Amino acid sequence: MSSGDGSTLPSAELPRLLDVLGAKGYRIIGPTVRDGAVVWETIRRMADLPIGWRDQQEPGRYRLERTDSRDIFGVVHGPQSVKPFTFAPREPLIRIERTSGGWSVHSHLQPAEPIALLGARPCDLAGLAIQDQIFLRGPYQDTAYAVRRKGLFLIVVNCTRALPTCFCRSMETGPRATRGFDLALTELDEVMLIEVGSEAGQAILAELPVAPASEALLAEASARIDACARSQIRSVERAKLPQVLYEVHDHPRWDEVGARCLACTNCTMVCPTCFCHTIDEAPDLTGQRTERTRLWDSCFTHEHGYIHGKNIRPTIKDRYRMWLTHKFAAWHDQFGTSGCVGCGRCLTWCPVGIDVTEEVAALLASDSRKQQKTVSQRHE
Amino acid sequence: MNDPSLLHSTTIIDKIRETADIHTYRLRIDDEDERKRYRFAAGQFNMVYLFGVGEVAISIVSDPDEPETLDHTIRSVGRVTNAIARLGVGEHLGIRGPFGQGWPLEEVLDRDVVIVTGGLGCAPVVGAIEYIFRRRRHYGAVKILHGVKTPEDLVFQERFERWGRQPDTEVFLASDRPGKAWRHHVGVVTELFEMVSFTPSRTVVLMCGPEIMMRVGVPILLRRGLPPTAVYVSLERHMECGIGLCGHCQMGPYFLCKDGPVMRYDRIEPWLGRTGV
Repeated sequence: MSSGDGSTLPSAELPRLLDVLGAKGYRIIGPTVRDGAVVWETIRRMADLPIGWRDQQEPGRYRLERTDSRDIFGVVHGPQSVKPFTFAPREPLIRIERTSGGWSVHSHLQPAEPIALLGARPCDLAGLAIQDQIFLRGPYQDTAYAVRRKGLFLIVVNCTRALPTCFCRSMETGPRATRGFDLALTELDEVMLIEVGSEAGQAILAELPVAPASEALLAEASARIDACARSQIRSVERAKLPQVLYEVHDHPRWDEVGARCLACTNCTMVCPTCFCHTIDEAPDLTGQRTERTRLWDSCFTHEHGYIHGKNIRPTIKDRYRMWLTHKFAAWHDQFGTSGCVGCGRCLTWCPVGIDVTEEVAALLASDSRKQQKTVSQRHE
Repeated sequence: MNDPSLLHSTTIIDKIRETADIHTYRLRIDDEDERKRYRFAAGQFNMVYLFGVGEVAISIVSDPDEPETLDHTIRSVGRVTNAIARLGVGEHLGIRGPFGQGWPLEEVLDRDVVIVTGGLGCAPVVGAIEYIFRRRRHYGAVKILHGVKTPEDLVFQERFERWGRQPDTEVFLASDRPGKAWRHHVGVVTELFEMVSFTPSRTVVLMCGPEIMMRVGVPILLRRGLPPTAVYVSLERHMECGIGLCGHCQMGPYFLCKDGPVMRYDRIEPWLGRTGV
């Protein structure tokens, strides 16, 4: 199961993988083109996959384009990470009904449908590992998350093309997946290199017409993945994190970025690790029943910091500072890991193109005091 | 450990008026087995739930040795608490909990205690004060410092008078804008920090109220020789889940619902003076 050995499957035989997964009872979910982006959808046939498509991503920009290539996984990613499949955006928890003596509580918890997710990226798996840490390894285990997580079969696709927004190399989360998958694919022209990461993955592989991978092919895969890492133009300087971020609370950069941020919450919605949630209470018209549903929340909303008549984080600057400091500093104290995996989604889906790597760099600039002076001089 | 998601139905067995908009609700868990199983520590809180409306975090102010009835002092100030205010004896509230870290009342046995509260935020320390007086001989000298803007804000006046009559106990009150009848200190509560006498080596301070009071007040106590590890503050943030998962109650690296609401001062000090955290 080491990453050193592998099997190969001609890309033309990939339908066999869909057949085997389907026969094992999995619903297959993979990337599909919809409304100008790639989103997760049920995959019934190869044509559902974004064959020949590529994504162009920049801060504040996402475009799909058709190419002459026959690559199946030419699109790096869409707005969704793996997160919606384990930490559901909308999770009905309980229904409460009035009774003569008070009320009775009924759980909405259902056994999860087995899902095979085809086409997750290494950064997505890193995000999933962080969410596992939060929802499964703390003092309390989240039941809804645990049930969904258990039913998930993960087929990751290693990256051989980096987007301008990618910075997984600096976060050490990609572009090669090293753990946390059942099967890992590397797409090499007309061939898929397949590595096994679990017993469940081995069981699937055993039913595929694979051949052992040659040394040359393994070397070719490594070379392409390494080239992808080297081609990344963005990075986060992690040496001084997390402590320095706690010390720059009064840095003028927060005012500057706070003035650009719209507090639209997009970055937190596309983030593979953001976990804030709230409970929606929805009584029916009779007043006899009420439903409690968990919804994703965001630290950029006005309500997030609300407490009896006042707001702890009233300005957008406060909320941006909260978000970034949490991701890159507090997360280490809380969960022993960074809260950022370098997937770049928060750059792409930010309507004003705020680049978190640029913000971190500005905050970490060693001459922050000098910078403070420069800003105040500019205001004079 | 109690199941954090389990919602216990309770009955309001008493509703005590503290002021026009503050009431103490005495709750009894309806299910007998759950009632016998339920335990809490002074300073912990419950998520109090009103059917069809929602939840709010409220500290438990009754005695932890009598966990079959649970007192919650609630001020009507928001959507949920305004709806709760319309309930009467015999009606139902839900509770989840107890959550969080309470006051270190067992650790500080035999020591002197200075209890500081400000404004209307003194409900969380009321439980601690009553706890100490029920076990009076196990604690040393007790000083209670309480500051209000105006005498009308002195919510638990009867209690302060009763506490002041306890042995080896002093109560100091301060008001910014007192009326003619005010017989106590005129000014803010932190001025009392200069006036109160205490032995730094054997004193523990429990504090609850506005963060500005902590930020300005604690350094005065530290200058008088009190170690920062002997000061405990009860903090407030938006709390929803009670178990450090929903993300709202963060303050620096802490989730106050899980790591607090009572925090030792030296741990939280870097974040106390900061805006927007």
